[in-house]
Parts: sequence; C-alpha cells; structure tokens
Amino acid sequence: MTCLPAHTDKKLGLVIDLDTCVGCQACVTACKEWNTGGHMAPLTDIDPYGGDVDGVWFNRVHSYEHITEIGGRTVNFPRSCLHCETPACVTVCPTGASYKRASDGIVLVDEDKCIGCKLCSWACPYGAREFDTDVGVMKKCTLCVDRIYNDNLAEEDRVPACVAACPTSARHFGDLGDPASAISQLVAERGGVDLMPELGYQPTNKYLPPRAHTQRAASVPAPVLEPVRAEGGFLGWVDRMLSH
Amino acid sequence: MHPAFSVVFFTTATGAGYGLLALLGVLAGLGFVPPNFWLSLVGMGLALGLISAGLLSSAGHLGRPERAWRAFSQWRSSWLSREGIASVATFVPAGLFAIGWVVLGRTNGWVAVAGLLAAVGAVVTVCTTGMIYASLKPIAQWHSRFTLPGYLIYSAMSGSVLLNALLQGFALGSTILLAACVLLTLLGWGWKLATWRYNDRLEIPTNANTATGLAGGTVRSLEWPHTEENYLLKEMGFRVARKHKARLRQITQVLAFASPVLLLVAVFALPWPYAAVLSTLAAIVQFAGMLVERWLFFAEAKHTVTLYYGR
Repeated sequence: MTCLPAHTDKKLGLVIDLDTCVGCQACVTACKEWNTGGHMAPLTDIDPYGGDVDGVWFNRVHSYEHITEIGGRTVNFPRSCLHCETPACVTVCPTGASYKRASDGIVLVDEDKCIGCKLCSWACPYGAREFDTDVGVMKKCTLCVDRIYNDNLAEEDRVPACVAACPTSARHFGDLGDPASAISQLVAERGGVDLMPELGYQPTNKYLPPRAHTQRAASVPAPVLEPVRAEGGFLGWVDRMLSH
Repeated sequence: MHPAFSVVFFTTATGAGYGLLALLGVLAGLGFVPPNFWLSLVGMGLALGLISAGLLSSAGHLGRPERAWRAFSQWRSSWLSREGIASVATFVPAGLFAIGWVVLGRTNGWVAVAGLLAAVGAVVTVCTTGMIYASLKPIAQWHSRFTLPGYLIYSAMSGSVLLNALLQGFALGSTILLAACVLLTLLGWGWKLATWRYNDRLEIPTNANTATGLAGGTVRSLEWPHTEENYLLKEMGFRVARKHKARLRQITQVLAFASPVLLLVAVFALPWPYAAVLSTLAAIVQFAGMLVERWLFFAEAKHTVTLYYGR
C-alpha cells in the first residue's frame, strides 16, 4: 500500500560523515557487489566494457569543492536513498510496488508489482532511484535488508555493505528514531543535517558537515635540520674524535 | 526532464480528446447538436480515438506494460492511479453516450445523462493528469499554480477548436462556438506567456548548498561519480531544449495560438467549404503546436537531482 505508515517502530538509516569520507568509492563497489546478488538483484550493467557504459547503482559518490571566505576544501559526498519519513516516491506509486515498512521505516520496491512508470524517480529530489532498462522496473537502496536481519552472518556483519566496507568509518548505521542510540548521539554531537529540508521529505539519513577549519593542521615548512652547533660534554668529545 | 514522445503525445492527444468529449457530451446532452449519424460517428470516433491512442501511447512508456492493470489500485495516494481509474471509468458513460447518439440516433433521456456524465469524467481525468505534474515538488516549474489550470485550459481550447472543425465540416458551424474557440485560444496564449514569465523569474530555495548540506559559500561539482551519462542524467538532466528555448517558444506561439486565431477569425467571413478547410487547418496546426508546447513543458522543467551534477 502506497499510503505511508502513521508511525514506524524504528527509523533505520545511515549517517554519513563528510569530514572523514575520502571518496575512495569502496562503499560504491561493496554496495554493487552485495546488491547485484541481493534483494533487488540484479543491478544490471549495460555495455559494461563498451564505450557507452550504463547501469544501476544504489550509491554514488560525488566530489565537490566547497569555497567559503575561510578557504576552499574538497568534500566527497556519497549519495543514496535517505529512507525519508514522508517519501513522495512511495505515495506517487500507482501500483503499490513502492512501500515504506512500518517496522523499521525502510523504503522498498516490490519488483513483481512495479510497472516501470518511472514516476517515483521523478518524485525523488535526491536521485535515489534508478531504472533498470533491462528488467523494466525501478530499483533502489534496500538498506541491505538482506544483511541487517541475516542470522547467517556474524553479528558484527549485520550492517549495510557500504557501512561494512568504509575504511574511514565515515558511514554509520542505526536507529535514528531512538534518541539514545549511538548514531542519534553522533548526529546531536556533530550537528547532523538533512538534505534539502525545505522540500519537506524529512529524510531519515543525516549528513555530518565537515568540521570547522582549525589552525592545528600541519604546517608544511622545510624539514628540521641537524643542529650545526657542536655538542659539548663526553658525547661531544666522542663525536669530535670519531669525525676526524 | 526528458520529453519522452509517448508521454508528450499522450498528454496532448488525451487533452484534445477529453476536451472534445466534454463539449460533445454537454452540447449534445443539452440538445444543441443534432442527431446526425455521420456527425456523431466522426465526432465520437475522433474523441474516443484521440483518448484511446493517447492512453495506449502512455502504456508504451511503461517498463512492464503487461502489469498496467495494477495501476488502478493506489487511488488513495497516487494521482497516476487516479488518472488511470478516471480514464477507464469515463469510457463507461462515453460508450453509452456513443451508442445512444451514434447507433440509436438520439440525444435525449438517458443518452443526455450519459453525455453529461462523460463530460464530468473527461474534466476529472484532465484534472488528474495535471495533478500528476503539479504534485511533484522536485520540479519547481511543474509544482506551481499554473500547471493544473493550464491542462484544463489547453484541453478546452484544443477540444473546442476540434469541435468547430467538425461542425464546420458538416456545414453546421456556429459563430458562438467560433468566438469561443478564438477566446479560448487567446486565453491559452496568455496563460502560456504568464507561465513562462513565472518560470523565468522563479527563485528556487533549493540549491547546491541545501542539496549537499554544505552551508555557506559556493559548492562546485568537482567530479561526477561516473564518466558516462546514467539514468538520472538521461531522464532528469535533459538539456537540449534549454539551448533552443527562445526559438521553440516562438514556434509554440505561432503554431498553437497565433495561426489558429488568424485562421479562425477568417472563418467568420467565409462560406462553406472554405470555412471547413480553414477550421480543419486550424485544428491540425494547433495540435502540432501543442505537441511542441508539451515537449517544452518537459524539456524546460529542471529536476533538483541535476544540482548534484552541477547543472
């Protein structure tokens, strides 16, 4: 049913730290690797080795230059489904293929019901949904539903593939509906923000802005030279004797 | 937004078809149109043919058209689902009206009621089509107060110009209808100019800063996540028309509004068959103009996802 649940027991989502993301694309490839065999499989690639490559990905990492009066910096920006609290992608769906789960707030597509009208991708301001031209249905991030509840995996692996892969721990997974959860504390501590809050989609995922510029960063002078003044005392005498 | 021809043709054809159906339903239902067999056959054939061709074209836009029946289920939340239901439901009174008027040759009693119900269904269906676009917040040019009235005006305009061509063809032209066609076309022209003016001055609060959560300063796209165009850029990042915006707007105005007005004004002074020829020409030229207008409606619309790509 494409009407939204009035309440979700949990608000599972991601928190992405733009301060520590190094743009290595490990989350992108880990996502593709897991999900091309997962709930939304396959993540079709069209002409993968040709000149006109196209394909379905749930997670894309952009790089931006953010210039303020203090200076400029490069910000790597992973973009994926934000599992919004009021996702218009769900309510516009004419078939009931798109739905938001009342249990954990994850937004999913039932591929057997999708007619491929693409309206949900128009309704998503974040570009989270990608159409699979080969299968003729819409695909999107599942928050790795087939990992996070998977009893066959070790407990520490029951997180989305992108989170497990991140080498700088820039991606965090948890219940954003519980103010006491570690992930909610992190958002509160770092001043996590919503993307395009003015559109009113109420995204569950939060982004942690880069930390403020500090003067503590390594200055880059010439390497420190050996002292030229001769050392005194016994060691100085040894140095002089051996230098002869 | 990518102007898929199937969707451009769909909204243009069903707009004209429902406009004609609504006018035929009301006028025949109120006894203003004679129960002429050939007139009713051509009129209802044209209206239902345009509607059916448009709906079939929209089904061609689907990735899995064989599942289209599922689209009737989510009327509680989805304007697309409501459109599907309204379009199919309108076929019931429209079909009964067609049987009564064309086959039985009458426009009174239950046939009149069916005609009026078909008109209501046509208006409701055009409203649902307009709301599909007007309800999309990521596309500021569509999510505006101009979209829904625009769909209704263009439907009434193209429907009335078609009806005029039809009646003139049977030498049944009416100066009141002719005047209505001219006024509706002028109204459509004015509405289109006002819409363009509004869109050109649009100050959209969503920008690269709010899209990335990076406050202050400027955010410039340094590197895309991929080297080739992906689905998002092909579907939502269409830019060809913006390059030729001024020229395409001129073409729209000449074909959809200026030429039909000139042709229709000339019809006032001309006898049959010249009046019929010019009326038909006006309808054809306007339909072509509305295809360009609808193409621009898509191509000029800018989706927020393009902000992530620095476009």
